[in-house]
Amino acid sequence: MRRASGTENQKKREGRLAGKTVVENSFFGIHPLLASPKKFSKENLIRWIITATGWITVIILTLIMLLLFTEGLPIFSTTNPFSFIFTTDWYPVSDPPVFGILSFIVGSLMVTLTALVIAVPIGVAASAFLAEIATPTLREIIKPIIELLAGLPSIVLGFIGFLLLAPVVQNAFHLSTGLNGLTAGIMLAFICLPTIVSISEDSLSAVPKEYKEAAYALGATKWQTIRRVLIPAARSGIMASVMLGVGRAIGETMVVLMVAGGRLALPNFITDPLSAMTGRIAIEINNAVFGGLQYQALFAMGIVLFLMTLAVNIIADLVLEKQRRRYA
Amino acid sequence: MKRRTRNATQSLAFFLLTICCLLIVVPVIAIIVYVATQGGGTISWQFLSEFPKNQAREGGIFPALLGSFYLMIGVVLFALPIGLLAAIYLHEYAKQNPLTRLINLSIVNLAGVPSIVFGLFGLSFFVLLLKMGSSLLAASLTLSCLVLPVVVTASREALAAVPNSYREGSLALGATKWQTIRKVVLPQAWPGILTGLVLAVSRAAGETAPLLVIGAAFSPILPNSPLSQFNAIPYHLYVVATQIPKMPKQIQWGIILVLLTMVVLFNLTAIILRIQLRARKRRWGL
Amino acid sequence: MMLDFSVKMKTESISLFYDKTEALKKISLAIPAHQITAIIGPSGCGKSSFLRLFNRMNDLIWKARVTGQVYLDAVPLYDPKIDVVELRKRVGMVFQKPNPFPMSIFENIAFGPRVHGCHDKAKLDEIVERCCLRAALWDEVKDKLRDSAFALSGGQQQRLCIARVLAVDPEVILLDEPCSALDPASTMRIEELMQQLKSQYTIIIVTHNMQQAGRASDYTAFMLMGDLIEFSSTKEVFTSPKDKRTEDYITGRWG
Repeated sequence: MRRASGTENQKKREGRLAGKTVVENSFFGIHPLLASPKKFSKENLIRWIITATGWITVIILTLIMLLLFTEGLPIFSTTNPFSFIFTTDWYPVSDPPVFGILSFIVGSLMVTLTALVIAVPIGVAASAFLAEIATPTLREIIKPIIELLAGLPSIVLGFIGFLLLAPVVQNAFHLSTGLNGLTAGIMLAFICLPTIVSISEDSLSAVPKEYKEAAYALGATKWQTIRRVLIPAARSGIMASVMLGVGRAIGETMVVLMVAGGRLALPNFITDPLSAMTGRIAIEINNAVFGGLQYQALFAMGIVLFLMTLAVNIIADLVLEKQRRRYA
Repeated sequence: MKRRTRNATQSLAFFLLTICCLLIVVPVIAIIVYVATQGGGTISWQFLSEFPKNQAREGGIFPALLGSFYLMIGVVLFALPIGLLAAIYLHEYAKQNPLTRLINLSIVNLAGVPSIVFGLFGLSFFVLLLKMGSSLLAASLTLSCLVLPVVVTASREALAAVPNSYREGSLALGATKWQTIRKVVLPQAWPGILTGLVLAVSRAAGETAPLLVIGAAFSPILPNSPLSQFNAIPYHLYVVATQIPKMPKQIQWGIILVLLTMVVLFNLTAIILRIQLRARKRRWGL
Repeated sequence: MMLDFSVKMKTESISLFYDKTEALKKISLAIPAHQITAIIGPSGCGKSSFLRLFNRMNDLIWKARVTGQVYLDAVPLYDPKIDVVELRKRVGMVFQKPNPFPMSIFENIAFGPRVHGCHDKAKLDEIVERCCLRAALWDEVKDKLRDSAFALSGGQQQRLCIARVLAVDPEVILLDEPCSALDPASTMRIEELMQQLKSQYTIIIVTHNMQQAGRASDYTAFMLMGDLIEFSSTKEVFTSPKDKRTEDYITGRWG
């Protein structure tokens, strides 16, 4: 067929040279335009591979859920789900073992909340500084540093908290140990700050210029414009950044593992040593018998963790989508 | 009078905003400087190239360094092709419909899954179900899944930055879609894709929690196949810092400095790539 | 009236929908072979969309839907069996804004032959030289074929894009407002070039510049809001238009 098209083209070219106009040439049976040459099947194969790969993230996410559930749900045949979540006794290796993860849920929430109390005001303020006040040069210097913070391995931050911050916190609050929820919360603030700053800054920059100009035209100062126009206009983006920050903090392992103190009891104050879900899983999973009750319980804790972050991320995505549509 | 208070408020507010920004920037710089001064004395060719002795209280970190290197190679091998193809699908092939929205949602959520959960997934899927054991391969695959959203997102942005007129120009010449992507779009998108890859590898190099779950080995044995046991820098650091009594401080700082240097170098590479990209765009007048 | 020419391409009551809006309304038009046909009309009348039907570039917009048929010679282009790639090889296109690839001048012109399987160095050299000559570009670029295409001026870039199209040896060339981003001198060169090319190619040009249509084309189609109002020889359209709206537009009463 390829050859046929070749001769045909040649014929046409001859026709042109002879000054004739070429109108019709389908005497050769299948017209070359209607043929389906070889490269097309290769093209389809590639399209098929790419499409299949496009679904990989969905596949991985599904696999994660599937495996968490198959490994974790069996625990509820021996422990009732209510007491698993709402009791504080955790004796994974007693006979019979007792699994209540409330202390760890509370621990996770307490350190996350502490981190937010610190990171949200600082992060939003820093994003306003970057978006509205900093000169372009200054921004070019600061942004890579914040990206670097985002890239710092959490174990490094955990280590810094363990060696440097813990003694400071211990002395400042006259505690018996510096390894507690507060120290962990402060270090976690650094974990979620880059997320909060970068996404808040994006949404501040996405506010249409007209809003700002309108405010200036009414005689508002730069600060009044930021506080009364820009931040309210960008609030959904800022909310989303906070949600994503929550996700980062709740899911962080190494910092809480090294810094939070690791006490199993329900914490009363933020300055108590405590355990978070992530740290508990990391410590115990290697001692657990594969498929045993402790293993199942840790996977079930993974489910709780997964569902919490999933919820936070979906909310953040919906909020961001809303903002995107508003300023599209 | 009123104007003066207004201006004073503004000055005070800007001062506070600046302080907040410094509160982030200064600790980062302080940490880097501190680690460099504390660990600088430990770093030597011996430290990098020797095996640990006396439970890592003496000697070097070579097995962990090599293990981290292999892990990074594994991540490049798995996450780059898969992440890139997924990005190509999303940007060049996918239509805007609910299914594509589902894929996008899955990327966002995968990026938000805690690393410890990736560890549990890697343990149950790669290590136990696929019977890879606590191996380099299992760890590379787990870390690849973990950084995949980074690669996909960065690649998709890089593809989106290629002007549509190039695609049209190529298609109008009778190039197929794949020829267009391979010969026109990808060469333009490479720096952006590489930036994402570098950041992904950096992230994978520092991840500790998944390795704790999968079970890296604190052993001085070098991995000799993808199915070997392995050690890695962050895991080595974790064990050294928390499990070994009478551990000399300078060794710990030395390991942190190695880890930090890797991360800073990766980030610098990403920054340089981005600057080049911007310069090139300016040259084209885009 | 009857027009006496041999037909290279034709549309038969072709309509184009974006979502539910009808951008083109059942247009039937025959394109004469080896002539220059200009499509004119006010901006937004659908002339560019119409042009893109001839090489199925509208396929790239996934919400676009086409009814009716376009023929190249006698082959229906909107037949599901059509090889779009083969079609675009035979119906080349030059865009409004010069869009050379970010490669060297040589690579730009060699791109088409390469994707169609020609990798012979000597052959590619020959093609590049021939196409540059035909696109009246050779003298300006022969010493800097390895330089970036972006180093050329706008007018040179557009001629490079024409050379690039010539390199795949099409039968029809579609020009989508090729001069709208160019200065008058470059515009003149492109118009001269079109005259030289029409003996070998059938040319369809979309333009909003009526002087250009009057100067450079043999036939003219006037479109308004997705409708084909009038089609005739350029001379007739410009001297004795049949339709009042055409006359209004041409005499510059609006548009």
